[in-house]
Amino acid sequence: MVSGLINANPVVYEKKERRARSASSCVNDEYAAEQIDQQEVFDHVRDIKDPEHPYSLEELKVITEDAIEVDDERSYVRVTFTPTVEHCSMATVIGLCLRVKLMRSLPPRFKVDIMVAPGTHATEAAVNKQLNDKERVAAALENPNLVDMVDECLAPTFD
Amino acid sequence: MAEASQLIQHIESFVNLSSSPTHQSQLQAASLDVIASLLKKNVLTIETLVREMGMYLTTTDDVIRARGILLLGELLTHLASKPLDDATIHSMLAFFTDRLADWKALRGALVGCLALLRRKSSGGVITTNDAKAVAQSYIQNLQVQSLAQHDRKLCFELLECLLQRYPDAVVSLGEDLLYAICEAIDGEKDPHCLMLTFHIVEVAAELFSDDLLANFASDLFEILGCYFPIHFTHSKAEDFDVKRDDLSRALMFPNLSLSHIMQAAFSSTSLFEPFAIPLLLEKLSSSLQSAKVDSLKYLSHCTVKYGADRIEKHAKAMWSSIKDAVYSSHEPTLSFASESLDGVGFRENVILTESLNLLDTVFKQNSGLFLSWIIGDEDINLIFKSISSYKTYKEISLQSKQKLHAVGSILSVSAKASPAACNSVMESFFPCLMHALGLSVGNSTQDCFPNDGNVLRGKLNHGALYLCIELMTACRELMASSEEFKSVAAPANERWYCLLQSYSASLAKALRSTLETSANEDSYETNVYFGVKGLLILGTFRGGSLIISNSIFENILLTFTSIIISEFENTLLWKLALKALVHIGSFIDRFNESEKALSYMDVVIEKIVSLASSHDFSMPFPLKLEAISEIGATGRNYLLKIVQGLEEAVCANLYEVLVHGNPKSAEVVVQLLECYSNKVLPRIHEIGGFEEVLLRFAVNIWNLIEKSVTFSSQGLLDATMKAMKLAVGSCSVESQNIVFQKAFTVLSLGTYFPLEDAASNIPILLNEFQLTQETSISSSREAWICSLFASVIIAARPQTHIPNVRLVIRLFMTTLLKGNVPAAQALGSMVNKLGLKSNGTEVHGNCTLEEAMDIIFDSKLWSFNDSVTLRSNGGLENGSSIGLTDICRGATNIRSLQVHAIAGLAWIGKGLLMRGHEKVKDITMTFIECLLSNSKLGSFSLEQDYSENSSESVVKYAADAFKILMGDSEDCLSRKLHATIRPLYKQRFYSTIMPILQSLIIKSNSSFSRSILCRACAHIISDTPLIVVLNDAKTVIPILMDGLSILSNDVSDKDIVYSLLLVLSGILTDKNGKTIGQEAVIECAHIIIDHSIILISYPHMMLVRETAIQCLVAMSGLPHARIYPMRRQVLQAVSRALDDPKRAVRQEAVRCRQAWSQSLSMKGESGDCFNHVSQ
Repeated sequence: MVSGLINANPVVYEKKERRARSASSCVNDEYAAEQIDQQEVFDHVRDIKDPEHPYSLEELKVITEDAIEVDDERSYVRVTFTPTVEHCSMATVIGLCLRVKLMRSLPPRFKVDIMVAPGTHATEAAVNKQLNDKERVAAALENPNLVDMVDECLAPTFD
Repeated sequence: MAEASQLIQHIESFVNLSSSPTHQSQLQAASLDVIASLLKKNVLTIETLVREMGMYLTTTDDVIRARGILLLGELLTHLASKPLDDATIHSMLAFFTDRLADWKALRGALVGCLALLRRKSSGGVITTNDAKAVAQSYIQNLQVQSLAQHDRKLCFELLECLLQRYPDAVVSLGEDLLYAICEAIDGEKDPHCLMLTFHIVEVAAELFSDDLLANFASDLFEILGCYFPIHFTHSKAEDFDVKRDDLSRALMFPNLSLSHIMQAAFSSTSLFEPFAIPLLLEKLSSSLQSAKVDSLKYLSHCTVKYGADRIEKHAKAMWSSIKDAVYSSHEPTLSFASESLDGVGFRENVILTESLNLLDTVFKQNSGLFLSWIIGDEDINLIFKSISSYKTYKEISLQSKQKLHAVGSILSVSAKASPAACNSVMESFFPCLMHALGLSVGNSTQDCFPNDGNVLRGKLNHGALYLCIELMTACRELMASSEEFKSVAAPANERWYCLLQSYSASLAKALRSTLETSANEDSYETNVYFGVKGLLILGTFRGGSLIISNSIFENILLTFTSIIISEFENTLLWKLALKALVHIGSFIDRFNESEKALSYMDVVIEKIVSLASSHDFSMPFPLKLEAISEIGATGRNYLLKIVQGLEEAVCANLYEVLVHGNPKSAEVVVQLLECYSNKVLPRIHEIGGFEEVLLRFAVNIWNLIEKSVTFSSQGLLDATMKAMKLAVGSCSVESQNIVFQKAFTVLSLGTYFPLEDAASNIPILLNEFQLTQETSISSSREAWICSLFASVIIAARPQTHIPNVRLVIRLFMTTLLKGNVPAAQALGSMVNKLGLKSNGTEVHGNCTLEEAMDIIFDSKLWSFNDSVTLRSNGGLENGSSIGLTDICRGATNIRSLQVHAIAGLAWIGKGLLMRGHEKVKDITMTFIECLLSNSKLGSFSLEQDYSENSSESVVKYAADAFKILMGDSEDCLSRKLHATIRPLYKQRFYSTIMPILQSLIIKSNSSFSRSILCRACAHIISDTPLIVVLNDAKTVIPILMDGLSILSNDVSDKDIVYSLLLVLSGILTDKNGKTIGQEAVIECAHIIIDHSIILISYPHMMLVRETAIQCLVAMSGLPHARIYPMRRQVLQAVSRALDDPKRAVRQEAVRCRQAWSQSLSMKGESGDCFNHVSQ
């Protein structure tokens, strides 16, 4: 195990205020569908806790709303996240948290891609490969230690 | 002797420590009580007790001695109010004082001393010498900090008591005591004890002379100071009932909270000043927010306490600290987009408010000094120099903006402090601001009519404008607050006043010019905001036309009014202008500015009122109404004017509609009426005393109806009825009588109504043709008159005289058969309010409730000719006459007639139910009969589709009658419309009717009749208060579930499905009735989950789906074993809901899924681990 924190003193940014949805015409129409959009997906993941700090991913700017790509009709979501430091070994854990959270929050029809933002991590390709390989994700979720860690990170998102 | 042995027994049981702790403490408390009561009743004297206890008090066994002394101490606590002779007290106190030296049995001695020292003066007093002896013993013997927490607390209480109640005794001890105090409180950590220590310091500081105290001030403060700022790191620790705030107060106001007590201790003597102020100033630079706030609070408190002389030394340091705090705590930007004029932009900021508070305090104490610093301050002067280089607000850099705001608030605080300060501040800053704005001293008479706008074409400097507005606000507040200006005797010789006056005209002109910006301009928002705010402040100076001449004031009003009338496309400007007008209006009303009131009336109100009746349709009508109702709400006189204007507009437009049949006016009048009843009438109600206006409104409408020729849409009728009800409802009895007279005349003039027939008791002939034709009644004249008359009756007070009640009842009885709901409501309202015979009072036109009931229920009002076939099972022959209940039971085969009759009967039943009349039982039985008879019919005529359908819907109506009975209606029988409401009527009805329905459900054999009964139950359950339903959750839940599954088949029932589901979720989430509700829920968990799962995919209403999921979330908290089997099912259903078209449902689904999978994994996890390990 690594002793000490990987990024001992991360920069903490201010949380964005939760935008109130502008009242759309859908509100009055009982049968109109409200599409799953960027903001909704962002709302799912913004409160995930960083594995080593008591801050949310939003506060550390690991994820931003713009880094989420959603296509409801084609059932596709891509989340690009930015680890706080280049050699962050927590990147895979963060990615795993994102994947688990979206797996639990989005309808099963969605294909979710989780990527490290290009050029922000030393072993970018390896991390991307690991995060998008469903065998490896499934295997990771068999590990009770990892599952505990992920659950702990996800806990604040359900408040 | 028996007593003595008993006594020994009790003493023994108290002293004995051998049995189990819990049992023991009960026993001890009991024996303590017994002995205490013996003493109180004088069965036992203290002397005998002490003699009996002798052994226990003097034994060498520490434990027993400690218990013995404690017993004696506790007993004395119990006897606090029993008179004892002085000798006893003296010897007892001497004993306890002596025992303070016995550290092994200390607690009893402390308790005893405290009990004696705290005695009421009535029953024997402690002499000064005794108290002094206690104190001396305390000083000699107690090592407070080496004791346990509870004993320490007792020690501090003893010390506090000595200081507070025996000051003479302790003062003579002088330094020794002070030394002992220092020693005792040094290093204390427990919050409860700290509260006491802070207070002890405070009391001691007041008690001892300054000379004596001076030697100890530094020591004492050293001990105190290390607790500042009070900061709990373990705020959630279980036994901290002392909150941080309490602790921190303990150091200013005694007995409040710790923080305040600390504050009090800090400020208790001015000798602390050399230590306290530097400490506080130092802590001000702490990064901990709460430390900053605390320091600021303490500083302002101490400033007042220490006095100007002592503070003067620190003034310079304080000034720079305050400046720093103000600079750094300001938000960098203002947001102008919010449409509020009061607190634009600045979020609540504690540090800022506290620092300004402090500034205010120190400024008031030493204004000369601070004034010179403020005026000479480099930063401030720098800002003044730099603002002129920026044209618009956006250009200013963030940093300078922050400074600008800080300077603004500092200047405003100092200007507000006193007239003298205001003079200096204004003199040194205002002219240079005016210069920056490019304004010169204007001749006010000339400048009112700005022909030469050449100076003002250029845009105003925003920075200067901001500061200028801050200064003006400060001046305005100064003027409003200081008493001397309340008289009109002017502060004419005050310089700030002259300054402001000389610039007012050009300032007003300049501000007006900023409003002439277009919305696409860059700094539009800033311009608009500053312009409106500046003018508003100019317009709300107190003291008549002293500063702002009348012509300027009128000009300001004119500007705003013309914005309201013409600039409605410019939303922000329009809204702000409206707000400003409302502000000015309420300002005038509040301070009785008579001169300004006249101008306001002339300029604003007249124009605004004319909006209502103008035929200019360029301005959107809703905006017009908003302006009218907002401005009308500002003052009584304005409201009166506005109401009159609205009324005229309503009448004129109604005339157009009713006489000329102009459909365009109909839309206008509906909006006008809505504004009248929704916005203006509530305001009238609030202010009160507009009786004639309301009366005139009602009478005028009746006049119009009288003249009317054509009648138009239902919407107009509804709006008119609503306004009529509300207007008549707020009239007094006399005015209502007048309205009734008028209305009845119109009614009897109506040609259609066979009044003579009704007057005689001949049954009215109904034929099918007449009935079917009347289905489209809303547009006919008769329906209008009848409905309006009904709405007048609905609004009547119980004491109002209704002319010709019998006639009216008959009329309504007939009209309700045509499906006229207001008629039915009016009948309900009448039976609700009619007086009883036994009262003996002549009310409601000589007709008592009993008579009315006779007419409604027993008389056979109608007969039928041959064209109508009567049902054979009704037992009636052709041509014979029938009554209302007969029709309900299906005496005729005209379906619509039966439906209308049921609705009518339901409203009548509601009226009776609300007053608690027993006849309602008969009515409900009629409905139940309906439910059953028709279901029987339905079951054996299954082949006949037509008959099945018709009877089914009739039954449905009968079931829905329960909704009318139980539901709250805005239209009728509400408190506003003077209904007689018996408390708990819903509960009563629920408990009588539910058992009947339940037994019927059990007995019912066809699914159809069961469904109908469930429907009726659903209506009743959903309108009963939750607490009542909770009490028999066990029986209700199955019915509720049946109801849900039956009702969810039909789209039109979605509202009732939703309200049923709300009852269910209420039962599930209820916290109080846990024991009752929970059991039933656990029992029915399976059905509840099944039904909720079905409702998750209910397509017709988002709220139903959302609530269903919430119910499932609540269910996940049930015992694991009970819900585990349903887990898979639920998770599947919820994951389907993740793809729901509505966002809110999806969000709930995520939560629900988490709750259920967690409850799975919590138990599953240990299993997993186990597997893992075993592998």
